[in-house]
Amino acid sequence: MNPLLAIILRELRRSWTSGGLMLPVAFFLLVAILFPFAVGPDGKLLARVGGGVIWAAALLAALLPVERLVAPDAENGLLDQLAVRGVPDAGVAAAKIAGHWLGFGPALLAATVIAGALLRIDEGALPAILIALAIGTPGLAALGVATGALVAGLRGAGALAGLVMLPFAVPLLIFGAGSVDGTPGALKLLAAVSLLLLAGCPFVAGAAIRMGRS
Amino acid sequence: MSGPLLQVRDAACVRGGRRLFAGLGLALAAGEAALVTGPNGTGKSSLVRMIAGLLPVAEGSVTVNARCALLAEQPSLDAELPLAKALGFWAAIDGGDVAAALAAVGLAGLAPVPVRFLSTGQRRRAGIARVLASNAPLWLLDEPANGLDAASVAVLEGLIAAHRAGGGAVLVATHLPVALPGAHEIRLGEGA
Repeated sequence: MNPLLAIILRELRRSWTSGGLMLPVAFFLLVAILFPFAVGPDGKLLARVGGGVIWAAALLAALLPVERLVAPDAENGLLDQLAVRGVPDAGVAAAKIAGHWLGFGPALLAATVIAGALLRIDEGALPAILIALAIGTPGLAALGVATGALVAGLRGAGALAGLVMLPFAVPLLIFGAGSVDGTPGALKLLAAVSLLLLAGCPFVAGAAIRMGRS
Repeated sequence: MSGPLLQVRDAACVRGGRRLFAGLGLALAAGEAALVTGPNGTGKSSLVRMIAGLLPVAEGSVTVNARCALLAEQPSLDAELPLAKALGFWAAIDGGDVAAALAAVGLAGLAPVPVRFLSTGQRRRAGIARVLASNAPLWLLDEPANGLDAASVAVLEGLIAAHRAGGGAVLVATHLPVALPGAHEIRLGEGA
């Protein structure tokens, strides 16, 4: 089997079996449940801020599994074994990004349908949110793996991960939430940011993995 | 096979600003073995990792002309998976036979047991099974005898001999006695 395919399948299996999938999705739904309690049951207000809430919740949910994306594999010698087999570190990172997104992206989209109902977003606006999330979450996955690789092996990696990852996620948040109310061009800029992260993060993560070795 | 599987010329290793060894030369052809010994902290593991391409070569050159399999300190097996499946991840990449490798190290009966329930010695043997199933001509074994009982060390020696007889080469770094008939001996930490 191609090593990259093996990594993707392994990431998928891990996200289904060890909480990498359920934890972020449950967290995401919990935010959507808590938010109406906090701002009150005013349907109009909820519908107006709902898209932004979904994006902020998706961002924070994507932060949860970051610590477990790279650090355990670095500790376990798995990344070394892949390097011995001649798999480039950036390739490993790219495969991890693909597997990580396949693990949590579609589930997050499904949860968004439920969250949309909780936040009183009308059915007409929901497809736009789903499309924007489908475009933006691969970028989030890439950022998550790069952050995971950067903080792997550090003490207090969890807290540090947030500080590293969230600033870089700001463009995704701006254009993602901006596309909800139909701002022209927001979706294209969201796609551009997502592509940029997808293209750059494997190399950042690969370099971080290499640095962690010596 | 033409030329050595592994050629190390005048290699030096620097870790944390400290020069562990320098001017190290070694060539391993098919069927040959090298035994790297020396006190703790003299660079045995670093040498293995350098040959595996995981550490930069500070001076000199390391040329590896074959696929290599690395047995390091960690077993690199998913702890939550049954042993056979955890090994299967690597066997799928390398194209090896898990069942035969497990039988060779005497772990066939533990195939359905999750890796996290295995003892230190069993994990080490699982790591040896991973090396076996890799089908790689060059084995790099870092402390392969750690945690093994006398019977398992004998099995390990038998596996290494069979691998050499089949045209493979082995480099063993160890502080425990491992019998490698006719091996090149490299003692680190002397006269450095």
